[in-house]
Amino acid sequence: MKARIFVTLKGGVLDPQGKAIHHALEGLGFAGVNDARAGKLIELDLADGTSDEDIDAMCRKLLANTVIENYRIEKVA
Amino acid sequence: MKSAVIVFPGSNCDRDLAVAFEKATGAKPAMIWHRDTELPDDIDLIGVPGGFSYGDYLRSGAMAARSPVMQAVAKAADRGAYVLGICNGFQVLTESGLLPGALLRNAGGHFVCRDVALTVDNAQSAFTSRYGAGEAINFPVAHHDGNYFADAETLDRLEGEGRVALRYAENVNGSARNIAGILNEGGNVLGMMPHPERVIETAHGSTDGRRLFEGLVEGLLTQA
Repeated sequence: MKARIFVTLKGGVLDPQGKAIHHALEGLGFAGVNDARAGKLIELDLADGTSDEDIDAMCRKLLANTVIENYRIEKVA
Repeated sequence: MKSAVIVFPGSNCDRDLAVAFEKATGAKPAMIWHRDTELPDDIDLIGVPGGFSYGDYLRSGAMAARSPVMQAVAKAADRGAYVLGICNGFQVLTESGLLPGALLRNAGGHFVCRDVALTVDNAQSAFTSRYGAGEAINFPVAHHDGNYFADAETLDRLEGEGRVALRYAENVNGSARNIAGILNEGGNVLGMMPHPERVIETAHGSTDGRRLFEGLVEGLLTQA
């Protein structure tokens, strides 16, 4: 079983990396980019039957810092 | 008096901090590897040094905060031992929950490496007792993730309880309310981005940092 964990900065948390990406896109001449926010994707290869609670605990205890980040779990068959 | 410096893979200020501890206490600190699960009994002072522990993987300080030795550090802090986290050490302390908030990428996006003017906000703490309230001092900084962040409620609480020990006189990284160093509730844990251990000798160009270590030791001696 695989799970994909998307970790993103909370709204209102400054993202200089996203800003730099935004700036670079504009520099390449792409118009209409209003904003860019960068995050992380962590792919986990898990033993079948790993509980949702366990995956959630992994996110809370290590993968995301919930002071500044949100996370979303997507289970892949 | 017993002191220790924690060493993670990627720490690079551990020996500087050990020198500062030895000069102030008169005894060599124990160097504690991150895999160790115990600290020397009755440890009085623990240093969590600067560097790039675990290559800053995942988030700065995130992996180090979950290493076995940090449980022992938390236990020692609980019973009142002094814990000083500098730079990456500050990041480790916020990641481990010993201090509130988080350290974000610098607002300007740049790695900042230079001397920075600071003011001592709380000169009553064990770490700052040798400074005057509002005193202007200069410590070097060298970091990419020093932008202190916490929600407004936490910031209000820190300020209301006198837990902001140091502020930037010039905000070099975007830190909320110019915060450069904060204390825990008990006042025995300090996390700070600037490096006091780099300014303890005349040859360093400044000795502004020396009083931090001397004040700590003085406090420990009167306690004992």
